[in-house]
Amino acid sequence: MTEPLLSVRDLRVTFPTPQGPVEVVKGVSFDLGQERLGIVGESGSGKSMTGRAILRLIRPPGKVTAEKLAFQGRDLLSLPEREMRALRGARISMVMQDPRYSLNPVMTIGRQIAEALRVHENLSRSATRARVRDMLEAVQINDPDRVANMYPHEVSGGMGQRVMIAMMLIPEPQILIADEPTSALDVSVQAQVLDLIDTLVKDKGMGLILISHDLQLVARYCDQILVMNAGRVVERCAAGELDKATHPYTRGLLASVPRMNEDRDTLPTLDRTAWEGT
Amino acid sequence: MTAAISLNNLDISYSGTRVVEGVTFDVAEGESFALVGESGSGKSTVLKAIAGLAPEWSGEMSILGQPRGHGPDKDLARTCQMVFQDPYGSLHPRKTVDAVLSEPLAIHGLGNRSERIEKALRDVGLDRRFRFRYPHQMSGGQRQRVAIARALMLEPKIMLLDEPTSALDVSVQAEILNLLKRLRAEQNLTYLLVSHDLPVVGFMCDRVAVMTKGRIVEIAPVDALHHGDFTDPYSRQLYAASGG
Ligand SMILES: Nc1ncnc2c1ncn2[C@@H]1O[C@H](COP(=O)(O)OP(=O)(O)OP(=O)(O)O)[C@@H](O)[C@H]1O
Ligand SMILES: Nc1ncnc2c1ncn2[C@@H]1O[C@H](COP(=O)(O)OP(=O)(O)OP(=O)(O)O)[C@@H](O)[C@H]1O
Ligand SMILES: [Mg+2]
Ligand SMILES: [Mg+2]
Repeated sequence: MTEPLLSVRDLRVTFPTPQGPVEVVKGVSFDLGQERLGIVGESGSGKSMTGRAILRLIRPPGKVTAEKLAFQGRDLLSLPEREMRALRGARISMVMQDPRYSLNPVMTIGRQIAEALRVHENLSRSATRARVRDMLEAVQINDPDRVANMYPHEVSGGMGQRVMIAMMLIPEPQILIADEPTSALDVSVQAQVLDLIDTLVKDKGMGLILISHDLQLVARYCDQILVMNAGRVVERCAAGELDKATHPYTRGLLASVPRMNEDRDTLPTLDRTAWEGT
Repeated sequence: MTAAISLNNLDISYSGTRVVEGVTFDVAEGESFALVGESGSGKSTVLKAIAGLAPEWSGEMSILGQPRGHGPDKDLARTCQMVFQDPYGSLHPRKTVDAVLSEPLAIHGLGNRSERIEKALRDVGLDRRFRFRYPHQMSGGQRQRVAIARALMLEPKIMLLDEPTSALDVSVQAEILNLLKRLRAEQNLTYLLVSHDLPVVGFMCDRVAVMTKGRIVEIAPVDALHHGDFTDPYSRQLYAASGG
């Protein structure tokens, strides 16, 4: 068997609080190959913390432990910060949930994407500009030259998400962790952006961790799905089998999605007592 | 009856570049009206102009019968509140949830602060552990719920909701949508809602305006989402892509 790109065993994230330490990720384990793994789950269930922990982006006083956290066999937890920094953005990149606030506010978008490209390859100025332009076009930005000259606060919510994706994809990372990457986009643009990511998975063998609250989207764009609740993985299934999910929590999530032909007056919400203690 | 929001031939610019052109619509008191459309088409900009955050506009705008001036307006805050698209940017990084929620009460001299705060947090599904947290100590969806709670604190008559649930998972989204729907029925609130999610619009709204490239191309009753009878080509395309 070949070694997975990423191997995670018993990952835990803990924060101190006035009431004592709170574990927000409680022993998550999975392997990621050259494939697409979806993570879904309720708000606050630990999805973003899992993604950030892999890149060691949990801010102190938060603490990360794991029995194993390895990228292509290299232990990430013991890697010196300098090497970790070199890895981030180049080999493993992460699209953050708040894109406009994760971008540098005082640098134009074009320059930020160009810098991300520079860690990957050294190109002339005009070649760099052309690549940045192509990348913006690939994420469906209609007027790439105008947008390249804008600052992050000048782009719309959905444009900000696509700029972040462009910046994370341009160095052709081996793993992309995408945290709600398309939550501000309408279905057709969303599909075009996810198709682009898909192409990189298929053609370049990139591994994808797609964090999303959109169950349909994860079912369509992933191979495997982890369902998280209160810091734990409560269900694992093949993406095609999501509608056959058995955990009451997963069933509850599926029921609360509004439909195009909505005639319910109130939406069903989760009865949290149904699985408490599981 | 006066309209809650009345926009007539509204143009909006940033530093001289016009991004919204000729927007005209009325939202009746108690109505829920949606703005949908292309990313970058100017939906957030329309909401910002109404809230006084995009001052470069021309045309006519009135709120509950009062013509709107070009700057922020303290009295407007009592009647009209906005929930922003990015919860992170709209919450002050060094203020706890408690401070964020008590501030509007203090400014407007309202009492019973502690009770009101606890009720607002409960309404959006956050327990009391969150009351003294800072934004960076919460998840994306938890921050968004604090922003919704803050907008509800002053019991406004009009809510400008910019993608209020797009950062939320479906179960919390269902709770928030049910809450907004119930508040509207109980207090005759008016909503102007931006969403890219057509089923959410179908659940929440009476009418929907479709925007592309800074203009409204069609205003339709929400039934159009059930039957797919949009007339404009862009609206049809948007509807078809959403699996309608
Ligand atoms: N600094 C902190 N101190 C204490 N608790 C924290 C801190 N930061 C985050 N948490 C808690 O950790 C939990 C997991 O957060 P995380 O951001 O991973 O949620 P999520 O699954 O991504 O949710 P969402 O869908 O809302 O983004 C949340 O309940 C959050 O309140
Ligand atoms: N502060 C600003 N300065 C200059 N241009 C801006 C500014 N804010 C927005 N724009 C531009 O105005 C246009 C409309 O932006 P707006 O945020 O209203 O779009 P939107 O319809 O809300 O899109 P989305 O669905 O992606 O959030 C975009 O082209 C954007 O780049
Ligand atoms: Mg998150
Ligand atoms: Mg917007």
